[in-house]
Amino acid sequence: MNKDMKILVVDDFSTMRRIIKNLLRDLGFTNADEADDGSTALPMLQTGKYDFLVTDWNMPGMTGIELLQHVRADDNLKTLPVLMVTAEAKRDQIVAAAQAGVNGYVVKPFTAAVLKEKIEKIFERIDS
Amino acid sequence: MSNEQPKGDEPLASFEGLLREKANRLKTLLDDGDVTSAFAVISELNEARDRTLYQEVGHLTRTLHESIRNFHIDSVNPSNKDDASKIEDASDRLAYVVDMTNKAANKTLDLVEDTMPLTLKINKEATQFKSDWTRLQRKEMKPNEFRELSDRMDVFLGELSKNSDKVHKNLSEILLAQDFQDLTGQVINRVTTLVKDVEENLVALVRMAGKVDEITGTIHDDVGQETSGIEGEGPQMKADQREDVVSGQDDVDDLLSSLGF
Repeated sequence: MNKDMKILVVDDFSTMRRIIKNLLRDLGFTNADEADDGSTALPMLQTGKYDFLVTDWNMPGMTGIELLQHVRADDNLKTLPVLMVTAEAKRDQIVAAAQAGVNGYVVKPFTAAVLKEKIEKIFERIDS
Repeated sequence: MSNEQPKGDEPLASFEGLLREKANRLKTLLDDGDVTSAFAVISELNEARDRTLYQEVGHLTRTLHESIRNFHIDSVNPSNKDDASKIEDASDRLAYVVDMTNKAANKTLDLVEDTMPLTLKINKEATQFKSDWTRLQRKEMKPNEFRELSDRMDVFLGELSKNSDKVHKNLSEILLAQDFQDLTGQVINRVTTLVKDVEENLVALVRMAGKVDEITGTIHDDVGQETSGIEGEGPQMKADQREDVVSGQDDVDDLLSSLGF
């Protein structure tokens, strides 16, 4: 796993973005940018400079699941690893996220250990 | 009808009694061929029905106003007599909760981000000193190395005293930043009470609307609300009592692995 990889953190609450960025920094990932919803995030992703997307689900404008669908439909982005970090906890939603091609799903409230485990799992699978 | 609203049921119950009484009278009059008096009875019935409706609406309006008036969230500004503004005030107060929690979270994050590098630095330097100290104890250290260690130790101890003091101050400030819980808790509890009052009155309104429909013989087309099932809803309440909601990360992991993840 490349610790210098560029990560985009998408959440409509600035405090949650800061928390995730701090946790990522603790895990050694110091190269993270922020966006406050899907419609801000998508053009940033389309520049092609991001290696990993961490996104919330419930956001004004474009939601996380819509962002995921856009990413998977985009030829340049469809292989981008996506981790969803969200309070959405309905089984139907998790199944929908899996069908849309999410690589990992973390429910809020979450711990640093869970975030670490899911990120490691995603990149283990990609690297193997 | 339910017994929970005896006051609200009174006009309707007496209307039903009246309806029965007048219906008998109407039948007697028609049997006797007195059509003029029969029409008079019908118009009396109409009036009684309208009166019952007014009473029901009046009663409900009073209870609704009462519960809004009972909402005394604003102790700072008691001169505000406008009932309608109490609900607006409740939204203002909730906005205040969002603002306060946001400020507290950001203040805490600022302090944490300020503290973390200090503890990292202390940890890094202490680890270095540990290995130097071991070498010293084993008498593996040359005099010039020892002088260098001694100088570094001087700087480190000075910084350690300053930085640990800073860490302590930051922790105290983080502690104080949690004081929002008390204030926001009070505001939220009051808003919850208002919401409960309003809900009770809305239930009474629905119940009364049912009675109005009954009296007027109105039938509605029911339009059910449909949701896609995957729309964002935010945190789920009482997740442990619901089948369609996961109760934590372990549940998510089990569900995903059952899908082949």
